[in-house]
Amino acid sequence: MGVLIDKHTRLLVQGITGREGSFHTRQMIEYGTNVVGGVTPGKGGTSFDNVPVFDTVSEAAHQTNANASVIFVPPPFAADAILEAEAVGLPFIVAITEGIPQHDMLRVVNRIRDNGKSRLLGPNCPGMITVGECKIGIMPGHIFASGPVGLVSRSGTLTYEIVNELTKAGLGQTSCVGIGGDPLLGTRFIDVLPLFESDPHTEAVVMIGEIGGNDEEIAADYIQSMTKPVVAFISGRTAPPGKRMGHAGAIISGGVGGPDSKVRALSNAGAMVADTTSEIPELVRRLLGTKSIL
Amino acid sequence: MKLHEYQSRELLERFGVPVPGGDVADNGQEAKSIAERFGGAVVVKAQVLMGGRGKAGGVKLVSSAEEAGVFTQELIGKTLKSIQNPQGMVVERVLVAERIDIESEFYVAVLLDRSEQKDVFMISARGGMDIEEVAAESPEAIAKLHVDPKWGLCDYEIRAALVQANIDSRARGQMLQIIHKLYRAYRESDATMIEINPCALTTDGKVVAADAKIALDENALFRHSEYAAVADDSAEDPLEAEAARRGIAYVKLDGDVGVIGNGAGLVMLTLDEVARAGRKAANFLDVGGGAQADRVRDCVELVLMDKSVKALLINIFGGITRGDEVAKGVVEAIHQLGVKLPIVVRVEGTNAEQAKAILAEANLIPAGSVQEAASKVAELIA
Repeated sequence: MGVLIDKHTRLLVQGITGREGSFHTRQMIEYGTNVVGGVTPGKGGTSFDNVPVFDTVSEAAHQTNANASVIFVPPPFAADAILEAEAVGLPFIVAITEGIPQHDMLRVVNRIRDNGKSRLLGPNCPGMITVGECKIGIMPGHIFASGPVGLVSRSGTLTYEIVNELTKAGLGQTSCVGIGGDPLLGTRFIDVLPLFESDPHTEAVVMIGEIGGNDEEIAADYIQSMTKPVVAFISGRTAPPGKRMGHAGAIISGGVGGPDSKVRALSNAGAMVADTTSEIPELVRRLLGTKSIL
Repeated sequence: MKLHEYQSRELLERFGVPVPGGDVADNGQEAKSIAERFGGAVVVKAQVLMGGRGKAGGVKLVSSAEEAGVFTQELIGKTLKSIQNPQGMVVERVLVAERIDIESEFYVAVLLDRSEQKDVFMISARGGMDIEEVAAESPEAIAKLHVDPKWGLCDYEIRAALVQANIDSRARGQMLQIIHKLYRAYRESDATMIEINPCALTTDGKVVAADAKIALDENALFRHSEYAAVADDSAEDPLEAEAARRGIAYVKLDGDVGVIGNGAGLVMLTLDEVARAGRKAANFLDVGGGAQADRVRDCVELVLMDKSVKALLINIFGGITRGDEVAKGVVEAIHQLGVKLPIVVRVEGTNAEQAKAILAEANLIPAGSVQEAASKVAELIA
């Protein structure tokens, strides 16, 4: 069940011996993720909690047969780390790192798209989870429960907030995908929604957008053609133009990225747009109900 | 990170983009001698990072070096206020620039096109105007030129864009060179935006960047030691400057509820909920992961430096960190600071119930949800 990752995912951790990398490697293993190797240049041949560490992604991939990588490498070196994973042809790369320079990411996203070998999730994202099977990144595993809701979001803690409410309301999830808060992202709403649409276990989708850019508007065009119900939420509705609200991508600039246009586009496309997060479980429940009657 | 106009000029000059003669001054005497160098009749411009600077009285055409000195002396230390920035900014420096005789004005900018995931040049013959207005009223007046990330810019593409934008044919050759230089400046200085408005064709046939706005990528500062001084001086608000010194993600807003939360999305939600409850937030503040006591203390201290704050709302989702640990951190921080204002705290996550008990015991006002926290804080102020 779920999208992008499952119990067959074999994960490499780039930056496994760093503070964040080592902490979250343990958390991921505890959740049940199959971490097959780590990469830290200069530490090849050692191991971390029985996970073998390699100097290069190429070595690690060939010796462990990995099919995904997660990046906990500091911002100055993170773009290079993504490109290293892409050069090896790993099909799925998740970049957690926040603060990668924009000009670096421009090169990365364009190369990945042109070569067409890998999918990048992030950067500046919490990663993703396929509930009960695999977690890549930093989401707190215990708040998730298995169920019919697919979730995609630009935010980290706001996602946890909403997942927590869904779980408490008895609405479990298939997969939760954190696409990240940067202006340049490897995977956008428009890339994730079709995956949920064709996933047999997902019955409804929750999409958490925010101010900045027009990815929500582009997603709305697709939502129009979806057979599964979508509940959407947009944060930053009261943010002033021209101010960057924490996320590098959360800024209304040049008349683009305001909340009204996003809410309007999503409503017009048939998504139920919640005014506040506490309404989301009820809206999901209602839509799941109508769907089963239909 | 926005640059002051004088810093933008220096950067452009370094990359060979022609700018009018001029220099920066922080007192009347200095301004006078710069004005003398450029023949006395100059323009004096306050160097403050705010919109509406001209209307606020921060720009003046003067006819003599003496007048430049007197006006500068009046301006230094003065707080300029505008509609865009009602709190105002103190003028520390002025730019004294040569006056140019303009025949026509263009617009040229380079920035990221997020949806295309490519850099884009925007070129227009409608210079000297607000480009957002031009884009809204006559989008066809703006030519867009996307840059191929692998191949860069070709001359023929630039020529076609200049024709499409209807740029005066006498200026096109110089504009082509300027656009190449702008792209180099944009890439090599890790800019996120360079906007030349107006780019002026002078009566003697030269094209110069008459005014420029540049924003640099703060995430790339590690490879630009030359911009360290710029970073110290780039805040648009004194509290934001203090936040930058403390390494805290903080944005000054215009309400009276101080807000602290973890994660940008959750903080934005908190601001929205405060507004739904009928109040306005005084700030955006993302405390980051973990929410340890010393970090929370630093953040609370910063928020309380804003004298318009009447109450505090702390909203933490303890994901991997346990809720009770977060609550202890918050209580410790507030206790250390001896805060008198009402504080509503909402901690969610593992051990949320224990967290609530810890908060109540410390005379903080616990809330079960963001929505409840926002309405409680609104009641307390009302």
